[in-house]
Amino acid sequence: MTDTSLSPALQALVSNSIVLLLIVGGVLGGRAIRKNDIWRGACSGLFARRRLSVIVVGLYVLVALADSISWVGGSAAGEDQVAAHEARSLIDRAFAGTKEKSYSAPFSKTEFYDKSPLRHPKKHWFGTDVLGLDVVYVTLKGAKVALLIGGLTSLITIPLALFFGMTAGYFGGKIDDAVFLLVSILASMPGILLLIVLIMVMGRSTLSVCIALGITSWVGFCRLSRGEAMKLRELDYVAAARALGASHTKILMRHILPNLMHLVVITFVLLFSSLVLAEATLAWLGIGVDGSWGQMIAAAKDELSRDPIVWWNIAPAGAALFFLLLAVNLVGDALRDVLDPRTLGERT
Amino acid sequence: MSTLLELEGLTTSFPIEGKLVPIVDEVSLKIDEGKCLALVGESGCGKSMTALSILRLVPRPGVITSGEIRIDGRNILPYSVPQMRAVRGDDVSMIFQEPMTSLNPVTRVGDQVLEALRLHEKVSKKAAQQRGVALFKRVGIPDPEARFRSYPHQMSGGLKQRVMIAMALITKPRLLLADEPTTALDVTIQAQIIELLRELQRDFKTAILLITHDLGVVNQLADEISVMYAGRVVETGPRQKLLGSPSHPYTKGLLAALPSRALPGQPLFEIQGTVPSPKDWPEGCRFRGRCAEAREVCAASIPRLQDNPPGLTRTACFAREESP
Repeated sequence: MTDTSLSPALQALVSNSIVLLLIVGGVLGGRAIRKNDIWRGACSGLFARRRLSVIVVGLYVLVALADSISWVGGSAAGEDQVAAHEARSLIDRAFAGTKEKSYSAPFSKTEFYDKSPLRHPKKHWFGTDVLGLDVVYVTLKGAKVALLIGGLTSLITIPLALFFGMTAGYFGGKIDDAVFLLVSILASMPGILLLIVLIMVMGRSTLSVCIALGITSWVGFCRLSRGEAMKLRELDYVAAARALGASHTKILMRHILPNLMHLVVITFVLLFSSLVLAEATLAWLGIGVDGSWGQMIAAAKDELSRDPIVWWNIAPAGAALFFLLLAVNLVGDALRDVLDPRTLGERT
Repeated sequence: MSTLLELEGLTTSFPIEGKLVPIVDEVSLKIDEGKCLALVGESGCGKSMTALSILRLVPRPGVITSGEIRIDGRNILPYSVPQMRAVRGDDVSMIFQEPMTSLNPVTRVGDQVLEALRLHEKVSKKAAQQRGVALFKRVGIPDPEARFRSYPHQMSGGLKQRVMIAMALITKPRLLLADEPTTALDVTIQAQIIELLRELQRDFKTAILLITHDLGVVNQLADEISVMYAGRVVETGPRQKLLGSPSHPYTKGLLAALPSRALPGQPLFEIQGTVPSPKDWPEGCRFRGRCAEAREVCAASIPRLQDNPPGLTRTACFAREESP
């Protein structure tokens, strides 16, 4: 699932430090939000409107985090020896030893084809896949991949788009022309074709898929932030800041960027779901990230034509994808409402 | 009293239909230390552009094409960008017409005021905060400590204008450019802000360039008055003289048009015609199309500011030159 070039211990260290960073970042971010009236109001407004969606998204994040906390050793009985030397996460350990030989139906006692008894009868809620892996386990593992694709790609996309959009909109003139030439060139190429080419060139690792998705998806937000920066630069408080002797950098950082933050948040949420979906499309084409729900769906599509039908592989993956996207979109929708500057004054 | 700011032949032009049109045309002004000069004129006559030119913040595609802007006798037009940034906000500050949009909605007003200070002086955060709160108190903001942490949307227009004034004054500038500081406020708040500006001018010894079309405000604040029409200064002089015995036909018309001077039952006086737009300004005197005293010479060349007999103002009008 991850780069095989790293040693297992190092892999565990990297993913554990990322978890630690995320938790520290979450705590610090939460504190910053609590100190700032506008953001605190937005957060409580969001929670009041979409409690269930927020909780669902939180659950996905928890599963992904649990799948990232990993260490080497401590092999469970009944597993092959290779696993003992791999870095295995909390989720891996929770499902240790559940591997069967092949397909089995949900809550079945026997295997699907040869009717030989399972090692863990009636334990597999959604049966097992062709390799005998518990489908619930595989689906839970997909959460990390989905969040990684959405999160990492947004991390590439949004700063890139903000940088180009803000400078183009604020300075205008030649810089604007140059940025817009770039944007127009990217926008005039069919996205999926560009994606395929980029992934072919960079290889099919998680990182390169994220970079490819990032390169093809920053254009929209770049346009948006450019337009917004153009509007903001004409406002009186920007003129006032210039009259007080502030430099362009200072104005961009203190006056333009903070006023774009609500767009950043909304874009992040909406972009996130479109990226997860885009990866599913790539998986269908056979160039997705290993272990993603898209890949599960792509692999399970042929199973639907078997007789009797094997439905328990595609259903959980599809459902997991569907509920993540639904929850994220609902959160994004509510975020747009609570962060709308026109309603800010009314609420506080 | 030494001269603080001197404009000489300042011309700021904008390209209109392919050729440069001087929106501010050979404007010469002089402000002494601690005095208030009112720049009066109707919308679009170039008052605000004159103020922005002083800060060299003329919006693109406008350019300052000629003239000199001297602060303490030094011409600032050749200044580099960093030098100019040091002038803005430190020597010369500006307050704007629209307090509602002149404050950044996502930043606390206190932080915005402190930012203005910290751009120009190295002060500790605590000392800056103390100065800020003290100034808030000075400009008449009730409960200054709490207000310091407010966001702009939590404040009224009058309070915001006070914050703007605090922001402009925190660096103790020697010249304040006030671009219609009371236009967006209602009448009672206007009176308070004018009173505040007058007190601050006296206490801080700040010179003010007051840009307005409100002659009531002018009457209360100004020491000197310059009247602009279509990009040019047409009359300038001390307040009493200019308001008491104006000699340019435009100034006379303006004063006659004041509703308070109208006789009961009579229609209000108006200056006939409309202000020509910059692209078809007439040759010669730009007021001649609306002027009752226009004569042939007015179409031939542009009148320049001339000294009138003692006791009167300086006027740019041929009619005055011939028959004082």
